[in-house]
Amino acid sequence: MSTAAPEGGTAAISQAGAEVRLSGVNKWFGDHHVLRDINLTVKPGEVVVLLGPSGSGKSTLCRTINRLETIDSGSVQIDGAEIPAEGKALAELRSEVGMVFQSFNLFAHKSVLENVTMGPIKVRGKSKREARELAEALLKKVGVVNQADKLPAQLSGGQQQRVAIARSLAMRPRVMLFDEPTSALDPEMITEVLDTMASLAKEGMTMIVVTHEMGFAREAADRVVFLADGAVVEENTPEEFFTNPQSDRAKDFLGKILNH
Amino acid sequence: MSYFDQFSRLFADYDVVGAFWVNIQLTFWAAVFAFLIGAVVALMRISPVPSLRLLGGAYVHIVRNTPLTILMVMAVLALWTQMHITLSTDFKQNFFNFAVAMLSIYHAAFVCEAIRSGVNTVPLGQAEAARSIGLGFLPTARLIIFPQAIRGAITPLGNALIALTKNTTVAAAASVAEASVMMKKMIEFDSDVIFAIFMTFALGFVIIVIPVGLITTWASRKWAVKR
Ligand SMILES: Nc1ncnc2c1ncn2[C@@H]1O[C@H](COP(=O)(O)OP(=O)(O)OP(=O)(O)O)[C@@H](O)[C@H]1O
Ligand SMILES: [Mg+2]
Repeated sequence: MSTAAPEGGTAAISQAGAEVRLSGVNKWFGDHHVLRDINLTVKPGEVVVLLGPSGSGKSTLCRTINRLETIDSGSVQIDGAEIPAEGKALAELRSEVGMVFQSFNLFAHKSVLENVTMGPIKVRGKSKREARELAEALLKKVGVVNQADKLPAQLSGGQQQRVAIARSLAMRPRVMLFDEPTSALDPEMITEVLDTMASLAKEGMTMIVVTHEMGFAREAADRVVFLADGAVVEENTPEEFFTNPQSDRAKDFLGKILNH
Repeated sequence: MSYFDQFSRLFADYDVVGAFWVNIQLTFWAAVFAFLIGAVVALMRISPVPSLRLLGGAYVHIVRNTPLTILMVMAVLALWTQMHITLSTDFKQNFFNFAVAMLSIYHAAFVCEAIRSGVNTVPLGQAEAARSIGLGFLPTARLIIFPQAIRGAITPLGNALIALTKNTTVAAAASVAEASVMMKKMIEFDSDVIFAIFMTFALGFVIIVIPVGLITTWASRKWAVKR
């Protein structure tokens, strides 16, 4: 039927990626300065991997982009528009910025299918049938369509995380944020999630990914941004960053994660 | 006179079942309204708006720390006698409605706290995920938090229902002819069978309350949210 999807219908489910621009972002938790004057522009369709030691502010930075975390100064813009502070406008923006969490956070009382149709129905006002068709297509894309009627707790971690990705994609986001999406997974399930993310990257999604998976960073990322103590210390292509880190902090960090 | 004869006499002279039926009706209506009010107050207490949180907190602390009897007497003496507020044109129904209103207002505070304890069983990530797909505060509360919170609150809600059932006897203070009023009448006129009288009413409440406990235990297992 379709004439627009020559590659077999899996492509073009996502929107064209948007630009994300953080300028002079500062954030404190009490006395603790957790983001220090962050300037970071992620181009449309670019995939950026955030790296850094524990507590360096990777999660916080990620969460400022859909305002799950507020900032104390500076600005966060998506396609040139400042993130609204609150209310309906903020909810609307959040619906266009997908977020995938370390702990999946699937709605525990809803079936897999309902997890994915919730946003399209309740936020986008789609009909149940339309939402169901979209959800089934996305669940198929991430390879869990045969689990659609199960509850999240009945799925493996890897399956749950892929459902979480499908739930985000159902909103047709223009940016996707991933905060350590594979850290809670058993090793044999990591690949299936990373593969899903890599295919999303190929489709032109703007992605900001916190991960320690060097393989993914080398293969799918356009850029690595290295944070330490809440500041951007170094940024480079993955190849350059891993083979030829410039700062002592990065060298130290890479030494630790590569030698364990 | 054997115990059997004593009980037969009481049941023949008095409409015991009818009296307990009043308590059951009070329980039912007060449970419905207490749940609705309690849910709204719980929503206020978890809302991002500080003034609503304050108001919700004040409600719970004031109502919970006021004896129910005082609320009942106040309803009749202050609202009805003084301010001529009526909740029904029918004389008896009016007292019944006041009793339901006061029971609801009072027990809503406990329902609120039960729901809040249920909210605490819902991981923060559930709300974050809901917000991140663009659901606002109310849809997040209604679609994601409350359904899980209620399931996590079945046991404390059941306890609140049991307390409410027993507290329907306080409606006597609002001139509602429920079981405890009948008991007082029996004690006055049939004090020779006092033990049978107490047994009748103690057992009556046990018979009403035991199923509530059994059902909540069963339901809290059946509806537990699997994580
Ligand atoms: N809600 C909070 N309240 C107070 N401090 C916080 C809060 N969240 C994070 N922090 C602090 O802010 C700093 C940055 O935290 P963040 O979670 O962003 O680090 P991270 O780089 O993601 O670390 P990890 O690799 O361990 O996930 C840490 O020192 C942390 O303790
Ligand atoms: Mg983190």
